[in-house]
Amino acid sequence: MAERDRSAGSMLRYSTQAGAPGRVAFIGRMDAYSVGPVWASVLEAAERVAGNGELLVDLSDVTYCDGAGAALLYSLEHSATQRGGALRMHGVTGAIEGHLKPYREAEAVVSARPPQDIPWTQRLRAGVGSVGHEIFAQIAFIGEYAQALLLAIRHPRRVRWSDTLRVAEAAGFQALPIVSLIAFLLGVILAFQSAIAMRQFGAEIFVADLVAISLLRELGPLMMAILLAGRSGAAFAAEIGTMKVNEEVNALTTMGLDPVRFLVVPKILAGVFVAPLLTLYANLIGLLGAALVMRGFGIPMVAFFNQVSGAVDLTDLTSGLFKAAVFGLLVSSVGCLRGLQTGTGAAAVGRSTTSAVVSAIILIVIADGLFAVLFYHLGI
Amino acid sequence: MDDGKVVIRVEGLTMGFGSMVIMENLDFTVRSGEIFVILGGSGSGKSTLLKHMIGLYAPVAGRILIGGADMARAEGAEREDILRQVGVMYQMGALFGSMSLLGNVRLPLEVHTDLPLEAMNRIARAKLQLVGLAEYCDFMPSEISGGMQKRAAIARAMALDPKVLFLDEPSAGLDPITSAELDQLIRRLASSLGMTLVVVTHELASIFAIADRVIMLDKETRSIIAEGDPRVLRDTNDHPWVRRFLRRSETEDLSA
Repeated sequence: MAERDRSAGSMLRYSTQAGAPGRVAFIGRMDAYSVGPVWASVLEAAERVAGNGELLVDLSDVTYCDGAGAALLYSLEHSATQRGGALRMHGVTGAIEGHLKPYREAEAVVSARPPQDIPWTQRLRAGVGSVGHEIFAQIAFIGEYAQALLLAIRHPRRVRWSDTLRVAEAAGFQALPIVSLIAFLLGVILAFQSAIAMRQFGAEIFVADLVAISLLRELGPLMMAILLAGRSGAAFAAEIGTMKVNEEVNALTTMGLDPVRFLVVPKILAGVFVAPLLTLYANLIGLLGAALVMRGFGIPMVAFFNQVSGAVDLTDLTSGLFKAAVFGLLVSSVGCLRGLQTGTGAAAVGRSTTSAVVSAIILIVIADGLFAVLFYHLGI
Repeated sequence: MDDGKVVIRVEGLTMGFGSMVIMENLDFTVRSGEIFVILGGSGSGKSTLLKHMIGLYAPVAGRILIGGADMARAEGAEREDILRQVGVMYQMGALFGSMSLLGNVRLPLEVHTDLPLEAMNRIARAKLQLVGLAEYCDFMPSEISGGMQKRAAIARAMALDPKVLFLDEPSAGLDPITSAELDQLIRRLASSLGMTLVVVTHELASIFAIADRVIMLDKETRSIIAEGDPRVLRDTNDHPWVRRFLRRSETEDLSA
């Protein structure tokens, strides 16, 4: 089939002849594939042969011409009139005329959007304004959802517990494999790195103290929170964001269901609930990893765990779990907030997912710093 | 119009998902320059048939020839060549939200041709002018109405001047006036640019306004129950379902 064979079917040649009028003749197919290679040279040649005078375009040997071919003809016509000359076509068929028409019409149309030439002072003002608007939106959301949370605590029956459990399963139970892997490796790495240094002093047994304190108080909650942000915070933002794009959030509102109560509260409760549990699990797995490494250094498991139980007390564990609960609250809140702030279109969902993870990690780090100061002053 | 030339030939097409068969043994042809309308009740497989014809789904049995080439078996450059001959407007428009209308219409040109940017912009503007949207070329899809999005999607489908244009429910969800304008546009595309159009629609008014020929799919028998000119079918066909479909306005006048 000639039409499908691009190399053979899409050949377009042209010849020029100077004089008055200057002449350009096309031979072959004028379609989107064949006019590209000759586009610039045809325009240049036309200007050369016709100058400011009349240009005659001969189409009698053109076998096929579609919209792209007409675009080239129109460009010739346009540049001829720009130079003050004129263009005459020979051998124009009805089809070519039909394809040329929208080009001539489109030239006269002005964009309905006024040109965007905004001075930098106005752009700055708009930028500052949008930051202010953002802060306002966050505060409004915090108020709205604090109210919804209080309502949930006062009337536990009105919470959608089945949704909460479903989210808790996805954010908690289904995260166990990845949490196991990360926590185990974390314990192994911590133990291994510190054991090499401690061995020089014959103090390998104190690796147990080091790993236990750092895992329970700091690294366990932190690693778990970052995992939660990447898995569940992103999922919350994407889910609510997609619902927003599909107008499902609007549907909830018009049905008299508050989206915050309906969508956000179950996710926040689930986040606060699973974060300490995951941390507890991560702590155990991390210690197990460390204990296995220390066995390789000649310290039996019993001795390791005996040392651990002497090194940490319940306060270390509970302070870590409390931090984890706060991290869980932050991660799920910011995920839901970003989801509800989603604009329109597929790209908006991607943006809100990214910003959910980034904001969550920033908030986790800030909160962790605040906890460090707080615990220091409380003597915990 | 070249009535004799067959653009699409569907032979013994059976389509389905897994063990579920939707349609069995369909045979029909689409001729060059005609407006071919696929009719059927909701869930009868109209959109699925369209998706088979544009090669998104592979047939369970049978084959679909576009310009003589088998869509499902073509690979690589051959498949690309077939795809270049067809343009598709999806049910919801499926414009890319991150690009302006001009960017959306220009995209197929950027992918398939090596035209200079100026030429691509000119072609894209002309296609938007054809559907009456040239002045909105700088707008994002989210800033225009649903009817305009559908028209812009038609402009994008036409960017490469395909031989066949597939439209999935072009007038669904539009008001009668916008829908009638879209029908006029469809007629104009076929008559002035010589395009072949395959249209899926439910709109009774559209069917009579645009269709040269229709086929009607039936969910129960999983086959084509009627084929031909819709006006002739309305007056002569004695299949109860076809009569009911095409004469709805007469038989189910609720005020009567």
